[in-house]
Amino acid sequence: MATLRLRGLRKSYGTTEIIKGVDLDIADREFAVFVGPSGCGKSTLLRMIAGLEEITDGDLFIDGTRINDVGPADRGLAMVFQSYALYPHMSVRDNMAFALKLAGASKAERAAKVAEASRILQLDAYLDRKPKDLSGGQRQRVAIGRAIVRHPKIFLFDEPLSNLDAALRGQMRIELARLHRDLKATMIYVTHDQVEAMTMADKIVVLQAGRIEQVGSPLELYHHPANLFVAGFIGSPRMNLLPVRATGADPAGVRVALPGGGEVVVPVDGTRAAPGTGVTLGIRPEALKPGSDGALAGEVSHVERLGGLTLAHVAVADGATVVAQIEGSAPVRTGEAIRLTIDPSATHLFDGDGRALPHRSRHPLAA
Amino acid sequence: MSTPTTAPAKGRRFNGLPFIGPSVTVLLIWMIVPLVMTVWFSLQRYNLLDPTVTGFAGLDNYEFLVTDPDFWASLTNTLVLVGAVLIITVVGGTLLAVLFDQPFPGRNIARLFAIAPFFVMPTVAALIWKNLMMHPIYGVFGAVARALGLPAIDWFAEYPLLSVILIVSWEWLPFALLILLTAVQSLDREQLEAARMDGAGAVAQFVYIVLPHLSRAISVVVMIETIFLLTVFAEIYVTTAGGPGNATTNLAFLIYARALLQYDVGGASAGGVVAIVLANIVAFFLVRTIARRLEV
Ligand SMILES: Nc1ncnc2c1ncn2[C@@H]1O[C@H](COP(=O)(O)OP(=O)(O)OP(=O)(O)O)[C@@H](O)[C@H]1O
Ligand SMILES: [Mg+2]
Repeated sequence: MATLRLRGLRKSYGTTEIIKGVDLDIADREFAVFVGPSGCGKSTLLRMIAGLEEITDGDLFIDGTRINDVGPADRGLAMVFQSYALYPHMSVRDNMAFALKLAGASKAERAAKVAEASRILQLDAYLDRKPKDLSGGQRQRVAIGRAIVRHPKIFLFDEPLSNLDAALRGQMRIELARLHRDLKATMIYVTHDQVEAMTMADKIVVLQAGRIEQVGSPLELYHHPANLFVAGFIGSPRMNLLPVRATGADPAGVRVALPGGGEVVVPVDGTRAAPGTGVTLGIRPEALKPGSDGALAGEVSHVERLGGLTLAHVAVADGATVVAQIEGSAPVRTGEAIRLTIDPSATHLFDGDGRALPHRSRHPLAA
Repeated sequence: MSTPTTAPAKGRRFNGLPFIGPSVTVLLIWMIVPLVMTVWFSLQRYNLLDPTVTGFAGLDNYEFLVTDPDFWASLTNTLVLVGAVLIITVVGGTLLAVLFDQPFPGRNIARLFAIAPFFVMPTVAALIWKNLMMHPIYGVFGAVARALGLPAIDWFAEYPLLSVILIVSWEWLPFALLILLTAVQSLDREQLEAARMDGAGAVAQFVYIVLPHLSRAISVVVMIETIFLLTVFAEIYVTTAGGPGNATTNLAFLIYARALLQYDVGGASAGGVVAIVLANIVAFFLVRTIARRLEV
């Protein structure tokens, strides 16, 4: 059992406030991922949970016990650092056994726990090596092993895969997900990487400038972003955002006028979008398809071909550019005129304050 | 097929001898000539007080040296001096380095003061200590002792070797501090944080993380200091002149005394050869242990 509860957590360095009041609940065995732009305070928040950073204000509870004033070693947490922070003069075995040794565990107990961890992480062959004689991925595994041997209630990871190459990242991602299942532990994971966040998380926490923008499952954030920031941050390529005007209510939602004369009906609750108000229309790139009867007209300004996908950058009226993500290698060419059809179910509408208008129905996978 | 594979290898085999030859020759002459002359003089009867005594002496000078109790005393003094100063500067330097790494108000000024003694030349340092600090009448220590109602200590008469050790340590502590402080600062903070998460308190962090990290820098400090401490001279010359008796005579001072106070060039050269052998033994062990350290 390990639940985490953050209430009004704040952190200031001198007079600059970095974490500006964070409320968050993380359930037992949950895999929570913190994402956000660089400098938004993800690491700081993680380090506050770890006990490495003093909490300026607010309360932090683990299993209902307030632990603001408990030292990092006594919180029952383990942390994997971005730089791994292995002890360079100790062998892999000693690195993993260090916490146990300090805790006064017997030699036999230490050996057993190290053996168990090295079996899980396939490190048996490297136990007597020094960290400098390991590859990046192996070092990463030792850092995780050092966390595992302590049987912590909660694992904390600060961008653990960012120093690895793409192939190894993909592999470690799967290993971490497997580890999460096997260890049945609560994990908190900081990352920059969209794919890591979307694939591993039970719950994504989007942070910006020291505040939580939205908390939810990956698909919930993708299909029901609460505001413009989350809409733009989650998803790659980014959601297309167009300033438009609401023209009238429709039984299916809100009718908006597109640049260039077309119209689309966005299936959202229209109480906050009276006809004539300026709103922002969000369209996921995969919701745009070439079609002769398309509502959006423009000229292809640039084409990116990824093989399985084609990204067409289309300049529409009013000087805006939208990106259409088309399956396969589509025969679009730079400079040609194109019409795009819009799948209304993947569109969003945001009011003048950037808040999303609620969809009339939830996406089936984003309960 | 063999030609194309071997040709580049041959072309790459670079004969550097003509290029390094001149400098090696110069260095060799630079080193060999004094060494050979010292060995040569050590085998000669050569006393400036009596130019009529000349000729080959065989090992007489060495026999005279090793049967002289002053020689053994000087050897002991040398080792005690080197060992004590090394211990004081390395232990003190390590603790100060860790202390000066902590943030505290006025840290930069404190660092500057702590490092300043290194820039004071040995003669001046020795004079300052002799006349301003340790002098029983005019010195600070004496004044403090009297203020506390204790008898003033005549340092150079009562604890001559300890006094010299204190002076030399004062001179070399900043060097150790400087090297070790930069080493402490290069320690990855995340390692300390990881150790904290693993349950290491301040002492455990120091023992298991900081000290191993410093071991390389400590080796360097020990090696460099040893080379210089074997030849400490000015501090002794200025303060005790090797006395009282032979209490503070180290090998360097003994050689000086033989050559320039007793004008016995042969005997002094024999002492010089012993010093060279001693320095090489120390260097051999040091280089071996340190080379092993540096590999880590
Ligand atoms: N010791 C400190 N003193 C003052 N400001 C700090 C300190 N540590 C961090 N900050 C500031 O706090 C903010 C958040 O830093 P943090 O490291 O948590 O960002 P992050 O979200 O982890 O960014 P990244 O994704 O680049 O790692 C940054 O603007 C940083 O400049
Ligand atoms: Mg960070």
